[in-house]
Amino acid sequence: MSTFSQKAFNQQLKKTYTWYVGGFLVFLVLLAIAEQMGLPKVWIGYVFLFATVALYAGIGIMSRTAEVSEYYVAGRRVPALFNGMATGADWMSAASFIGMAGTLFLSGYDGLAFVMGWTGGYCLVALFLAPYLRKFGQFTIPDFLGARYGGNIVRTIGIIAAIICSFVYVVAQIYGVGLITSRFTGLEFGIGVFVGLGGILVCSMLGGMKAVTWTQVAQYIILIIAYMTPVVWLGIKHTGIPVPQIAYGVTLQKVGELEKKINADPKELEVRKIYKDKADAANAALKDPAKAYADGKAKLEQNVSSLKAANAPADQVTAAEKALAAYPKDEAAAKGQWTKEKGLTARAAPVRPHADPFPGKDEAARDLARLNFLGIVFCMMFGTAALPHILMRYYTTPSVQEARVSVFWSLFFIFLLYFTAPCLAVLAKYDMFRNLVGSSFASLPGWAAAWAQVDPSLLSISDINKDGIVQWAEVVIGGDLIVLATPEIAGLPYVVSGLVAAGGLAAALSTADGLLLTIANALSHDLYYKMIDPEASTTKRVTISKVLLVVVAICAAWVTSLKPGDILFLVGAAFSLAASAFFPPLVMGVFWKRANKWGAIIGMSAGLAVCLYYMLRTYPFFTNMGVPKMDLWFGLNPISAGVFGLPIGLLTIFVVSLLTPAPDKETQELVEHVRYPNLKAA
Amino acid sequence: MQLSQRHEEYWRKNLVVTAILLGIWFIATFVVGWNARALNDITFLGFPLGFYMSAQGSLIIYVAIIGVYALYMKKLDKEYDVDEGDMG
Repeated sequence: MSTFSQKAFNQQLKKTYTWYVGGFLVFLVLLAIAEQMGLPKVWIGYVFLFATVALYAGIGIMSRTAEVSEYYVAGRRVPALFNGMATGADWMSAASFIGMAGTLFLSGYDGLAFVMGWTGGYCLVALFLAPYLRKFGQFTIPDFLGARYGGNIVRTIGIIAAIICSFVYVVAQIYGVGLITSRFTGLEFGIGVFVGLGGILVCSMLGGMKAVTWTQVAQYIILIIAYMTPVVWLGIKHTGIPVPQIAYGVTLQKVGELEKKINADPKELEVRKIYKDKADAANAALKDPAKAYADGKAKLEQNVSSLKAANAPADQVTAAEKALAAYPKDEAAAKGQWTKEKGLTARAAPVRPHADPFPGKDEAARDLARLNFLGIVFCMMFGTAALPHILMRYYTTPSVQEARVSVFWSLFFIFLLYFTAPCLAVLAKYDMFRNLVGSSFASLPGWAAAWAQVDPSLLSISDINKDGIVQWAEVVIGGDLIVLATPEIAGLPYVVSGLVAAGGLAAALSTADGLLLTIANALSHDLYYKMIDPEASTTKRVTISKVLLVVVAICAAWVTSLKPGDILFLVGAAFSLAASAFFPPLVMGVFWKRANKWGAIIGMSAGLAVCLYYMLRTYPFFTNMGVPKMDLWFGLNPISAGVFGLPIGLLTIFVVSLLTPAPDKETQELVEHVRYPNLKAA
Repeated sequence: MQLSQRHEEYWRKNLVVTAILLGIWFIATFVVGWNARALNDITFLGFPLGFYMSAQGSLIIYVAIIGVYALYMKKLDKEYDVDEGDMG
């Protein structure tokens, strides 16, 4: 270490990554030229998939290591700027890259809860955690809990909590990897997962944190270029300047005007009325399904026979017979159809103004929407400040001050994407209001025709009122469409679509990397080395960690292949759990010397238990499986369970610590030690 | 080791700046969020202010909070002689 110069290393890094960015841009230009010369689209997809995965694996091979501090904390020499980029990639998952803009597109202002929550949390990281953890300077988060509170019980609860929230989160990432690869290369979902996972494993297995860090920096660069390119282009198209983020206020106003126009348009009203009538009919039918089923069938049968009796033209008769054949086979099928049609009420509603916060039919409904908005913000923020794979990154900087600066860069790089997402949502909406609404079904915009054919769950347009013109009420959009289709909406060549897919893949892979490493380290370092075999040699520790990584990855891939429902809920649950379990003991461990072992044990358990209990008793997935359902507390949705878990955790630690003896002198000195970057004798 | 008075003072100052920045964070997040509907009546840079804050304004404040904290603490470390020296 004595010959190691941080300065020279920093310079070398800057040089390497400048070359890397240049090389990547050249690669894009070459591909664009190849596309013009006739390279088929599917090949562009393959080139992006394999070139980027090979790149990540290559970085992994170059950074291979078997040294403990290199493997767990990248040798603690990652400069603030680069750690910021790595944290950015670690942080921004498939949900941020692909899902965020879509959520904002669909829910307008209310989607901003995630934008605020996933950025504001870094204030808590900076003020409460990063510098102190860096000073503590061990390898994992359970490490800190174990040292601060003493004994293996706290460490064990830490391990369990770290594994639960990281595992839930990693499943969501691997799902994203499979989705992207299968969509852009035509490979099967399972094979997509396999290829992506291969890249992750080569990288993190060979070089641990060191390889993951340098790969994540590379991934951040790809994902931010991929996210910005189409938005800038679309921005020039609609606002005339290349920084649409500051100018889309005007576009937002125009969207507002178009929303009013759409809400007043008689053709739109006609379509919405058709939905409403259908929904009303379904509601009425569901009141007495047996009778409604028999009546409906009788009516159709009568129609056919009366047409036949009146010698109506053949095509009329066939149409009537078709309608009869399409009628549900039995009452149960009919019930299913009616329940679905009941849901059309939502589509019968007028367009919600994009910039309008907390819409609702009356004051009470609006207040409830506001409460839930703030509940999500709360849980996302405190969850951010408690997710082990993020906190772990601040162990890797050379000093405490670098850790503080590094949080600044982290949020700055994350901010770049998060302040662009709302802009993208508005620009995309404006484009669709202008160019899709009012176009005729015979000549839809190219991208719309293409996507509607590829995947009806992302885009489906049907001529409900049969006037041959697209009304907004006839368009159904899946959120993921926005980011995936923006290059085509903006009229960019296919190579940019490939770039966006590569960006989404980078986002998902980098997050999965960090999470898998967190889980494997919790098991190998905290469980095996600290609790089972403290005598283990360093080689043995690193080897065990590598083996565990593969096992965990395979488990995660297996769970992913079962396709467990709602990704957004999974992610939200991970945040609420992390906030309830980790935030209280970590922060109180630094800021309150009196916090002790029993406080931490009971506080963490109580926080986790309340959070899990609330989710189990209120989330439909569980209540449908037979868990007795209970009413929401204050009307807060299950995703915000951390609102209850976190304060209970804090309070329990406080009360129980005061009821039990103060921690020993050694622990108090540890607290003093982490509070000062360099504690010298006076 | 026994903490000197200077050490205690350093920690107190750290707590003060943490509390102030946390207060700003709270306003930018929850006070702004709570009043988003009312703020939307004001127009800022062509945006309704409530929307602007949640989509951009509060985010800029967050970045600034962390930047200010890092700079302030660097100064404080030096002043109270608890800094880590030049790490290059």
